Amino acid sequence: MMDEIASHIIDIVANSVTAKATCITVEITKDTGRDLLNLYIKDDGVGMDEETVKKVLDPFYSTKIGKRVGLGVPLLKGTAETTGGSFRISSVIGKGTEIFACFDLNHPDLPPLGNIRDTILVLVVGNPDTDFRFQVKSDSNEFVLDTKEIKHLLDGVPINHPEVITFLTKYLDESM
Amino acid sequence: MNLEELKKIREKAQKDVELRQKQARIRIVVGMGTSGIAAGAREVLKTFVEEIGRRNLADVVVTQTGEKGLASQEPLVEVYEEGKPVVVYGDINAEKAKRVVVEHVVNGNPVTEYALEVM
Repeated sequence: MMDEIASHIIDIVANSVTAKATCITVEITKDTGRDLLNLYIKDDGVGMDEETVKKVLDPFYSTKIGKRVGLGVPLLKGTAETTGGSFRISSVIGKGTEIFACFDLNHPDLPPLGNIRDTILVLVVGNPDTDFRFQVKSDSNEFVLDTKEIKHLLDGVPINHPEVITFLTKYLDESM
Repeated sequence: MNLEELKKIREKAQKDVELRQKQARIRIVVGMGTSGIAAGAREVLKTFVEEIGRRNLADVVVTQTGEKGLASQEPLVEVYEEGKPVVVYGDINAEKAKRVVVEHVVNGNPVTEYALEVM
């Protein structure tokens, strides 16, 4: 099991990047009223057929012979299901993949959420050619970061430029 | 703090951009597969990202990659520098990452005691 939900997010997003996604959506919703933490990740990568989806859920399966990829999906499924939550994956070839995991906020074995600010920073800066839309929602707060908007404002200055990194660090600190 | 401030950064950074478009001087690649993340690669990548921002290293980029197949030595970090051999570092943590930035990236001396391989 991963130490934090944030690690699961990075792991699943790495799969999306490998699947040549150009745009990845990550939504984290904490609903204390219903004691739920919902995680939704969607990409527009190459997608998988039904057979491949089944195999991806099997930890000993990989599409690349000789290369170890993707324990990520079964690990996330395991965390969700062993902490009283649920897990769903759907994928369409040529359209992309959607993953939905739901966790019981009160389950004693639920890993901590982890540092979401760092997670967003690392994903955005570490994958400068991929667009991200993060939505982090709790009962009292909603935060959205859309790299398309940021890249538009930057007009050609790369999102991994040092000054942009420093800005994003402060911006995320203040907004989350 | 407002996203509009990015416009100011844009004006200031446009000169560096011409430099970077030619080619970054140094590329740091952090292995972020399942086992790398479990071993602490996220903290390592974050440290590199923050050090580049803090020291304003405009000619250095840091990116992530999938698993490298050396799970026992993770987190793994590769440093690519034009005209020089690739240095692969193993078992890196935040403290070691800072040292790699200062000694290797800024001063050009690879940290041999962390290096697994020079290719």
